[in-house]
Amino acid sequence: MLIAAASTVVVGALVWAFVINTEGWAKVQAFFLDPAIALASLPKIWDGFLLNLEVLAISVVTVGVVALLIATFRTLRGPVFFPLRVIAAAYTDLFRGMPFIIVLYIVGIGIPTITNTRIPPIVLGVIAVTLTYSSYVAEVMRAGIEAVHPSQRLAARALGLGYVQTLVRIVLPQAIRKITPPLMNDFVAMQKDVGLVSILGAVDAVRAAQIAASQTYNFTPYIVAGVLFVLLAIPTIRLTDWYSARLRDREQMGSIV
Amino acid sequence: MSAVLTASELWKTFGEKEVLRGISLELATHEVVALIGPSGSGKSTLLRCLNLLEPIDDGRILLGEEDISDPRVKPDAVRARFGVVFQHYNLFPHLSVLDNVTLASRVVHGVARATAEERGTRLLERIGLADKAREHPDRLSGGQQQRAAIVRAIATDPEVLLLDEITSALDPELVGEVLDLVRELAADGATILMATHEMAFARDVAHRVLFLDGGVVVEEGPAAELFAAPREARTREFLARMS
Repeated sequence: MLIAAASTVVVGALVWAFVINTEGWAKVQAFFLDPAIALASLPKIWDGFLLNLEVLAISVVTVGVVALLIATFRTLRGPVFFPLRVIAAAYTDLFRGMPFIIVLYIVGIGIPTITNTRIPPIVLGVIAVTLTYSSYVAEVMRAGIEAVHPSQRLAARALGLGYVQTLVRIVLPQAIRKITPPLMNDFVAMQKDVGLVSILGAVDAVRAAQIAASQTYNFTPYIVAGVLFVLLAIPTIRLTDWYSARLRDREQMGSIV
Repeated sequence: MSAVLTASELWKTFGEKEVLRGISLELATHEVVALIGPSGSGKSTLLRCLNLLEPIDDGRILLGEEDISDPRVKPDAVRARFGVVFQHYNLFPHLSVLDNVTLASRVVHGVARATAEERGTRLLERIGLADKAREHPDRLSGGQQQRAAIVRAIATDPEVLLLDEITSALDPELVGEVLDLVRELAADGATILMATHEMAFARDVAHRVLFLDGGVVVEEGPAAELFAAPREARTREFLARMS
């Protein structure tokens, strides 16, 4: 504990001394870390950030619902469901493969153009995020569903539970415990990707920073927006670490979770 | 005694492999019948076909008077009338022991939670696991888990209890407690069809024994007779190997 603290102080001091003595540090400070500009740009960036949060909050729900649907389709057995399985597989292939920014362009600029209507950027953003992220999350969910041993389904069906009852009461609760860490990782990735809705013309944190930067000829607003996203992500990241560690501990104790 | 379960000429193939080749059997109320035979003789498949966990290719199954092999029959409703205990217990690891026991009552049979839990607790008391009711199954020993699984199977008062080699996965010293429970259920008048490798137990508890080999019933008869004086050469060979 003491050694760790001492070593941290020494390394920190070395890095600090090295950085502030580097030629050009003053320039970096002036262009990236201007406190006055940071303070001045914060209110607008914060307003924009609330829009990002809004897109994020809605998307969490839509992604969850669509992903669960797709994952269920992919795990259905029997020849009757072949078309559903194919559609679900094609969906995940397509949107996992396609760069998010292309999905954004197609949805955000394509849809308003062909329908010739004004659709709020927040709606378009949610659609784009949902298309891309539901494909990732669906695959994680599918892996979780398939990781539940078939004997569990068998036991539930033997008791007379139907397909849906078995899924809801036996398979999903066990699958969710297994997939929570990877799902939270996807959530972290989504938290920053909602910053890309700026290219739809929405004045979110990134766009607000861009405006402020071009007005002041200074990059500090970008740093401000970046820090907001990092602060948003940290609790989730810590929570993921904590939960993963807890799962590991429980498994070592011999529990099946 | 009236027949609870009547199977006639059951056929089942997995791909190329014919697992059941025209098996017939009858199970009367309060009767305990043991299925014995080498691994792969079709015992487990037969049990799964009887409660429609596996569809049969041909044949007829009557539960009471009702033809449950009729494709119009709802399999979920049929399965709810059976109790099944598996070799590997298959308790639900995310539910407490009590929730495992009461799940079917609550979800399938629509019994109120309080009523189901009262009965579940009584059953767990009877097998000495009342103090484990709120624990998850992984805190129990193998023998305790299997006894909890048996209680889960009987909690809904099934018409027939199907036991699929329920002691095969247990450490030898835990087999006794599980067999004792089955013996008790038999004494209480449960109707039981069990696939088993415990010959001494089958001889002791079963009224009748069916010897299966290669997907057919090679020989059947009262337990005492079949074990004491098997008629078929294949039965004699099998019993000699098992003892």
